[in-house]
This record gives sequence, structure tokens and C-alpha cells, in this order.
Amino acid sequence: MHFLSQVFDWFTTSANWSGSQGIPQLFWNQLELSAAVVATALALGGGLGVILGHTGRGGLVAVNAANAFRAVPTLALLTLLAIQPAISLKWNGFLAAWIALTALAIPPILTNTYVGMREVDADVRDAAKAMGLTGAQVLLRVEAPLAAPFVMAGVRTAAIEVVATSTLAAYVSFSDLGTYVIAGLNTNNTVLAFCGAILVAVMAGLVAAVLGLVTRALTPLPMRRRVRSRLLSTRPGFA
Amino acid sequence: MLLGTNPFFRWSYVTSQWSQIQGDLVQHIELSLIAVAIGTVISIPLSVLAWRYRVVRAPVFGVASALYIIPSLALFVLLGPITGFVPPESYKTAEIALVGYTLLILIWNTVAGLEAVPADAREAALALGYTPRAALVRVDLPLALPYIFAGLRVAMATVIGLVTITALIGLGGLGQQITYGFTNDYNTPIIIGLVLSIALAAVFDLLLVGAQRLAVPWARTRKPAKGAG
Repeated sequence: MHFLSQVFDWFTTSANWSGSQGIPQLFWNQLELSAAVVATALALGGGLGVILGHTGRGGLVAVNAANAFRAVPTLALLTLLAIQPAISLKWNGFLAAWIALTALAIPPILTNTYVGMREVDADVRDAAKAMGLTGAQVLLRVEAPLAAPFVMAGVRTAAIEVVATSTLAAYVSFSDLGTYVIAGLNTNNTVLAFCGAILVAVMAGLVAAVLGLVTRALTPLPMRRRVRSRLLSTRPGFA
Repeated sequence: MLLGTNPFFRWSYVTSQWSQIQGDLVQHIELSLIAVAIGTVISIPLSVLAWRYRVVRAPVFGVASALYIIPSLALFVLLGPITGFVPPESYKTAEIALVGYTLLILIWNTVAGLEAVPADAREAALALGYTPRAALVRVDLPLALPYIFAGLRVAMATVIGLVTITALIGLGGLGQQITYGFTNDYNTPIIIGLVLSIALAAVFDLLLVGAQRLAVPWARTRKPAKGAG
């Protein structure tokens, strides 16, 4: 119990809750970084997924390429960017972390967007066309709402991975919750590292819960029941 | 790209450090294969349980999701005091964390695969006198193989990328090249770590695709199962 009481002490020390290395500031830094990464990945990966899914061309190649991307070690991208003089510690390391983590977040979003677009019933698409909707209208009014739950599943997976992995950004000197973990690791201070890990897990849990609510809100009512069982077989990144 | 003391890539580093690079590559393969192998051995029975018994499903997925969410780096830190921070003890630390990471991916796919088995196939097996256990081993699991392989491919690629992080606890395989390059402001080792990791993942992906073709010969004539691509 000694260990846990030390953890409790750390969390109740008021000094840890203020200043540029305090919990609120580092929590915010990490949230900001993660949000920027997911937004960028959604624009790039989601955009590409929509185009490929809408046209139905080159999708399989893209999905397989996205899978290969998974093996790209984030640590390598992060450190490589961080030692380039043009990037190095620009914005206190934010830039290097932003680019490196975006590469991590694109594959699940791209794959799910593509799958979601392809899952749209061809009959529904044809019916929309037959009713005189233009290509853009089919995309915005039919395909997008129907694919939204899938896209959001990808966003959720990506967001959780990004929050968890952004701890590594502290290794290239960006100040976020990973700072506690890395500092704890370097100084053999398990309590500090443990507290950092708890905070990251809390953030990942919060992000997952909020995105779960957003997904629900974006899912067209009649789909809410059906999609849940459907998603199991096309789970983000796991399919 | 870069001039002066830190060229984008310096071949002489590769030739002079070849034995070191080779050693790191071997360690990388070892760490990845052990993690995915143990992950598979653990995940298949858990998936079967989660598929058969609804009550087991929530806790199995809950624990696997929690292991997936905890940053691998943090998991090393948490396990370190128990299993060790320095090699060879940290092997255990690294493997536990890596295996924990594969579980959700593997269980998710295996359960999805088992759920996709047509009820007709199972009923036919039972009607032919298979015991439920025999039906599981000879009908359900083989038919779930395309999904299981899909999970293995994702798990393998993910683990190969993740192994590099174990460099922070003295292992790392190719991750050692990465941390060495970073601490010395030297591009070449980082690029070696990056390129070889991707190459390694591509090789293992091809091997898994080949293994799948051997294990699931009937799928060759049909369109691959949805969600397995």
C-alpha cells in the first residue's frame, strides 16, 4: 500500500496542479496535440477514403497501403523530424509530434471511411440517382450520413491510439503527460511514471466516451440498432 | 537533403555497423514473433469463450480494450518494478506489454470470424454426429480462419512498429538504431530503423498471406470474406 499512498500524495500535492509543468497545462497540451492530429488525419485520410469510396476505384490498393503504414514506427518518424534543423523544436516540439502522429492516425480513418462508403447499399445509391440527385448531392445527403458511423469508428480508434502514443512526444521534448512518464523512466521514479500513465488512461477514456456520444448523434436513427452488430465485423483497423 | 556532418543517408554507416544492425534486426524479429505467438495462443481460447458465453464477453473485451488503451510506454513503466527494467529481465516487461497490445486485435477478429460462420455449416456438422467440441475444432475455427489471419496481419504489423519503443527499456531491436540516431543527431540510423521495420512488416505480411492460402485453400476460388481485406 506504500506505493499507492505515494501516488495519492503526488496527486494531492498542490504544486503538481499549477505552472507550466503542472497537470492541467500538460493535460491541455496533450489534448490540443491529439485534437490537431485527429483533425488533420480526418481531413486527409477521410477525404481520400470518401473519394476512393465514392468512385470505387483504387480502394483496395489504398487500404492495403494503409495497413502497411501501421508498421511505421512512430518513434522513428518523431525522432527523425525532431533532429531536422528546419523542424526540430519548432513550437516546442509540437510540429514534429503533429506530423509523426498524423501518419499514425490516417490508416484507421482511411480504412473505415472507405469501408463505410462501400457499405452503402447500391440500391440506395441508385435510387438517389434515379430521383435526380447529382453526384455531389448523393455524396452529401446519402452516402455521407450512411457512412458516418464507420468514419466515426475510425476516428475513435485513431484518437485513442493518438492519445496513448502522444506520450512519446515527450521523448522529443514536447511537454505533455508523457513528460511525467519519460521523466519517471529516466530517474527510476515509478510513482511519477505511474501517475503520468493514469492521467493518459483517463484522457483516453474521456476521449473514447465523448467520441462514442458524437458517433451516436451522427448515426441516422434507423441505423442505430443495425450498425452496432455490423461494426463488429468491420471494426476499425481490425478488419 | 542535408549537407555537412549529417547527410540524409550515409552508406558507410551501414557497412561499418552491419553486425550491430543485424543483431538489432534479429532481436526485433524475436520480440515481434514471441509477442504475436503468445498473443495468438491466449486469444483463441478467450475468443471461443467470449463467443460461446455472453457473460464472458464483456469482461474479456473490457480487459483487452484496457490493455490496448494504456500507452505501451506506460505499461513498461508499470511492469518494470515487477519484471525488471534492464535486459535480460526487461524481455519479460516488453513481451507482456506487447502481448497485451495484440489481444484486442486478435480477439476482435476471431470472435467476428466465429460469428460469421454460417449456422448451416454448424448444424450440418452436428447432424453428422460431431460433438460440439469437434465441430468447434473442425468446422467453426477453420471457417473463421480468414478473419483470424486478418487479425494476425494487423497484429504483426502493429507489433513490429511498437517493438521500437522497447528501446526505452534497453531492448528495442531496430529501435536501438532510432534512439542512437536521435541522441547523436544522426539521420542514418533512424532511417535504417524506419526502413527495416517497414520491410520486416512487409515480409511477414507476405508470409502470413502465403500461410493463409495454404490454410484456407477453399477461399482461393471464392471472393474473400468481407472485412478480411
